[in-house]
Amino acid sequence: MDIIGAQLVNSISYGLLLFVITCGLSLVFGILGVLNLAHGSLYMIGAYVSYSITVHSGQNFWLALIIAPLAVAVCSLIIEMILLRPTYQLGHLSQVLLTFGLAYVIHDMTAAIWGSDVLSIPLPQSLSGTVTLFNQAFPVYRLAVIAIGLILAGLLWFIQEKTRWGAIIRAGLSDKEMICALGVNIQLVFTVVFFIGGYLAGFGGVIAAPILGLYPSMEFQTLILALVVLVIGGLGSIAGTFVASLTIGIVETFCRFLVPELSLFVVFGLMAVVLIVKPNGLLGRQVVKH
Amino acid sequence: MKRKLFLIMLVVFLAVLSACGNSAIQSTSKKEEGGSKSGGTIKIGVLLPDSGVYASLGKHLHKGMELYFDSIDWKIGSKKIEIIKEDSEADPQVALRKARKLIDQDKVDILTGTVSTAVAYAIRDEVDKKKIPFLVSHAGGNDLTRSKRSDYIWRSSFSSWQIGNSLGEWAFHNVGKTMYIAAADYAFGREVSEAFKEAYTAAGGKIVGEVYPPLGNNDYSSYLTTIKNAKAEAVYAFFAGSDAVRFVQQYDQFGLKEDKKLIGSGWLVSEDVRKSQGNAGVGTISSIFWDYSIKTEENRQFKEAFEKKYNERPTIEALEGYDAAKIIAEALTTLDGDASDPDKVVEAISNVEFISPRGPIKFDKETHHVIQNMYIIETKLVNGQTENEVIEIIEEVRDPGK
Repeated sequence: MDIIGAQLVNSISYGLLLFVITCGLSLVFGILGVLNLAHGSLYMIGAYVSYSITVHSGQNFWLALIIAPLAVAVCSLIIEMILLRPTYQLGHLSQVLLTFGLAYVIHDMTAAIWGSDVLSIPLPQSLSGTVTLFNQAFPVYRLAVIAIGLILAGLLWFIQEKTRWGAIIRAGLSDKEMICALGVNIQLVFTVVFFIGGYLAGFGGVIAAPILGLYPSMEFQTLILALVVLVIGGLGSIAGTFVASLTIGIVETFCRFLVPELSLFVVFGLMAVVLIVKPNGLLGRQVVKH
Repeated sequence: MKRKLFLIMLVVFLAVLSACGNSAIQSTSKKEEGGSKSGGTIKIGVLLPDSGVYASLGKHLHKGMELYFDSIDWKIGSKKIEIIKEDSEADPQVALRKARKLIDQDKVDILTGTVSTAVAYAIRDEVDKKKIPFLVSHAGGNDLTRSKRSDYIWRSSFSSWQIGNSLGEWAFHNVGKTMYIAAADYAFGREVSEAFKEAYTAAGGKIVGEVYPPLGNNDYSSYLTTIKNAKAEAVYAFFAGSDAVRFVQQYDQFGLKEDKKLIGSGWLVSEDVRKSQGNAGVGTISSIFWDYSIKTEENRQFKEAFEKKYNERPTIEALEGYDAAKIIAEALTTLDGDASDPDKVVEAISNVEFISPRGPIKFDKETHHVIQNMYIIETKLVNGQTENEVIEIIEEVRDPGK
């Protein structure tokens, strides 16, 4: 029984880590309808910047957690204003090509700056201990990730569903022209959401760095996971991303425990099943075509 | 309008055509140059990844080679050494194309490199058919010097068997009688664990369970919980690169280190990953064919020269590059730098024997694989950072070749 409990904690912690990493992409793609394949790269920049900050500030993780996401958000803002804005009229294909090309550029730039060795960020002193649950030691940091994931999910849900800002964003997704006619500066909304999406990508990079490490091509691994989460969860809702992350966490963890031979395949298998049974994702809305 | 488009297309077509013509001329002139193999230079084709997941290994192999060639002034007798680099991208298809380019167009005398075993297998028939001496400086797949053996392929690095086998018996006597195996799920991980299992069970040990997480797995928590609940005294692990960093760190974080000793191949705690692991690797026992901590005069000189040139510690791949360069140079020195006859070159390579920074090395003329010492090392904490220490030497380990 203990082992089931321990695996459950593992799955929730892994699932919420996925949520922290992918919620930024979900926000930008799901809410704005802009497919940003450079999302993984933003995540990577967050991780590498926080690495540099911890190295130069005497291992101050908290400082990195404040600065790195902001730096990424600024990058994201620049990308949106200079590169992506002209593509809004051109549709998804040109966005995919542009942002995927950008991902390669950023890939080579980070390799030139930080090299190709594997790096990692040490845990902050206060989170480096272990806690015993179900007769098994768990790193405190994993439990902290659970807490962070829950808080983040709550916050995003609240903003999206309960505030005026959230209402404007949701309305913008359904009918851009109408919201313009109502006197809302939709351009500004896009820019702000992109800023927040970048911030979340950077935040995910910092939070995940002590667990997943930093190495070249980490962004493509993350991007694939993020897209799987998006497909399973469905577009247009933070709740969908949350449910999808948790589902993947649980399915993958228990698969590794029960039938480890299938663990590479199971997530994609799950995605295929969801696509067949519920093509819009678990909690997806029917997104109106522009 | 149509005519304009036609004109543009014509210009583009001409441009492409002239570019082709140019390159054709260039390649023929190169051919003439390379055709006279007995000219003033020895051409060494180096096929290593500069991009992709293995980029960092390729970089270190290059550094090691250049360090050695620097020390002999890029000269063998009166001939100059020229190395021609190609990026294998660790992709068998790409690498085969690049190998053909090196052989047919650049007319290299000797080929060396490949990090990925799949790449080595992919170019095997090509070098065998065209009789190009190929010194394998990293790729460790067993079959390269077993069923895929070729007269022209020699390997100076290691085989999976040497890595796994060397720790088996020692672990039974010094670590524990029951073992759990965790290895990355790809050919190399499987081969190494197979060799370990064979030696460990032959000594009397019992394998309690095995798990093979995918290559590039990010979260090991689920596997670790399973392993923790298994009744094994220790865990034998094979992981490298970012996998090694994560596995060793998470192994420590989930508190497995206290009741199950972690042992494995040297890549688990090698120079390039240990710094990122913090103190998590302390106490790990591993087996490998070279380590920074080997206390011989040859190794001291190698480390000193490397650190002076590059201002960083050499990794095991740097050592492999260094030794490969030295083997090529020594072999060609016995031929007065004449690399024109591939059969004489491989014959000369087979006779090379010297004390490397990793200890004495020579080739097994039957298998074409290097005979070398294996070292059992322990990771310790020295002045706040982790260092490896050799605790036992297994001398003259020879791959069985089948």
